[in-house]
Amino acid sequence: MAATLYSKVFDQHVVRELGEDQYQLFIGLHLIHEATSAQAFAMLRERGLKVAYPDRNVATVDHIIPTDDTSRPFADAQSEAMLSALEQNTGSFGLRFLSPERRENGVVHVIGAERGLTQPGLTIVCGDSHTATHGAFGALAFGIGTSQVRDVLATQSVIVNRLKVRRIEITGELAPGVSAKDVILYVIHRLGPKAGVGYAYEFGGPVVDAMSMDERMTVCNMVVEGGALVGYCNPDDTTFAYLHGRPSAPQGEEWDRAVAWWRSLASDPDAEYDDRVVFDGGEISPMVTWGVNLGQSVPVDGRVPGPAADAAGEAALADARTFMGVEAGQPVAGIGIDVAFLGSCTNGRLSDFVEVAEALRRSGTRVAEGVRALAVPGSQEVRAQLVERGLDKVFEAAGFEFRQPGCSMCIAMNQDRLNDGETAASSSNRNFKGRQGSPTGRTLIMSPLSVAAAAVRGAVADPREVFGISG
Amino acid sequence: MTAMVATQPLVTVSGTAIAMEGDDIDTDRIIPARHLKSLTFDALGTFVFEGDRQNAKAAGAVHPFDAPEHAGASVLVAGENFGCGSSREHAPQALHRWGIRAIAAVSFGEIFRGNSATIGLPCVLLTPEAAAEARAAITAAPAAEVTVDLETKRLRVAEHSWPVEINEALRRRFVSGTWDSLSTLAEGTQDAADLSRRLPYLNGWQAA
Ligand code: SF4
Repeated sequence: MAATLYSKVFDQHVVRELGEDQYQLFIGLHLIHEATSAQAFAMLRERGLKVAYPDRNVATVDHIIPTDDTSRPFADAQSEAMLSALEQNTGSFGLRFLSPERRENGVVHVIGAERGLTQPGLTIVCGDSHTATHGAFGALAFGIGTSQVRDVLATQSVIVNRLKVRRIEITGELAPGVSAKDVILYVIHRLGPKAGVGYAYEFGGPVVDAMSMDERMTVCNMVVEGGALVGYCNPDDTTFAYLHGRPSAPQGEEWDRAVAWWRSLASDPDAEYDDRVVFDGGEISPMVTWGVNLGQSVPVDGRVPGPAADAAGEAALADARTFMGVEAGQPVAGIGIDVAFLGSCTNGRLSDFVEVAEALRRSGTRVAEGVRALAVPGSQEVRAQLVERGLDKVFEAAGFEFRQPGCSMCIAMNQDRLNDGETAASSSNRNFKGRQGSPTGRTLIMSPLSVAAAAVRGAVADPREVFGISG
Repeated sequence: MTAMVATQPLVTVSGTAIAMEGDDIDTDRIIPARHLKSLTFDALGTFVFEGDRQNAKAAGAVHPFDAPEHAGASVLVAGENFGCGSSREHAPQALHRWGIRAIAAVSFGEIFRGNSATIGLPCVLLTPEAAAEARAAITAAPAAEVTVDLETKRLRVAEHSWPVEINEALRRRFVSGTWDSLSTLAEGTQDAADLSRRLPYLNGWQAA
């Protein structure tokens, strides 16, 4: 019977049906970071439990890690305590820890793929909503809370509902200067920030088929900002080529058998979907958020919307405009910025930095006076490769601070944060009020190239114009 | 090993209520990330909606969680997509530790709803009309007794009431006091082990 990848992978992992559409689902890979796990380990200890499948659990530190001075103990005592707790917990429960000491660390969603831990057909969870990123490989990946982290540690399973599946097809091709980030911002803008509640998003069509794994990860990363728990792409030759030879990928004969199984998981051509939407990739421009949720975006040549036709809609828009300090009808291009942030699990991968470095070098542009610009690689591996190519020097010459890897200003749990009233152009994923560390800080979400353009101009600008990109 | 723990039946939650206007109230607003830098959940109650409360104060307004008439409230009624955003369990933990014991909304962020269930904080669904009416009734009479009843599946505000929805399996676990997720999962330990012997990636990639 024709089926989607979602149902094939789901069905193969059902431990038990719990009735009324609830299931006990086996978890193939559990990724752990410091910010959502300490209480789970404590609860495990309280109940005197062990980790049931230690080999299927891997930890790293990303949220609190400083990106400047990483010598131990960290200057911030709370951060030091969190890392120490994770070291102790992984040590005493016998779990693999990708540590800063051995330079294995990075944002959990960057290193999972990089090491080949992320594979098609796995169920993957992490105490982190952007776990959806791993769906780019055709895994069924989703975020869980701390009590569920405890549940997975103790039983390698969680209780879930079955989701509906919405197929999102992007046809045609993208114009030059338009990136995967713009695609997902466009999709969320078109469907709205809550349209995904109850759904898994399957991405396909020529634009997605042509994307690299880095780009597919950017797309799947942000489905949660569209309300969906899960996003995925079907595994194909691009997926297998990416995985081949990675440290945790299968090898030799196992590789061949793995690829055969992975191929069998892709959605069948005649699979039925609960919903299907098609967008023309050629219509997509560089997108910029102007508000406080990810549906509130416009093309870079667009204007801040309002007033809305209905009172409730206008109240929400007005609240966002007031918080962001913008006026209805104001062009987004030209909104001033104080900070430019390149990084995060959305856009902290090698290709993101390479693209920006090349644009900066080619155009000979520099960060504008008065703008604080941070380039924070998603992992040690990304950083090392950038250094090897000499691109760290390109960033520094252009006026960026080139930092150590971590979540950094995406969530501002380390020292990297906005001051009160500052505005950031950010390649991360959330523009929520207070997200970047100040209750009055403002965030404009955009692609890495658009962040670089904003850094250069000191204000939101069309990257195609700033960097002379044309079709 | 004590995977199994007993939990209290959760049949009705009664008390005064807070009505929150607006959709898409995200978990960064419910509890800012700086409070994730703690090794326990204990202190979170005081920090619920911290940024919003600071901003309201600065603007000379009173946030619902600071309004004297809402002190001690145990029910929260909200709009669409409440608790969207990050997976932080700190969000329902903060609300629960502040005193909220049940939430009724038009829809919830998926992970927030799951997290709330694991800590014994029922999230029930209202139609948009019911959510609007219930919020208006609460705003008009903040001292009114509000009840979320999982037995009859209704939200009552004084003499008004509206039907609520909740997954039936979860509802039964709340009402019977068997909502500890780990206890439920531990019952499947053998089934999980059996399944693990069939999964290709745990068995040398031999097809099942
Ligand atoms: S980079 Fe940001 S969104 Fe991604 S895991 Fe870190 S804090 Fe979360």
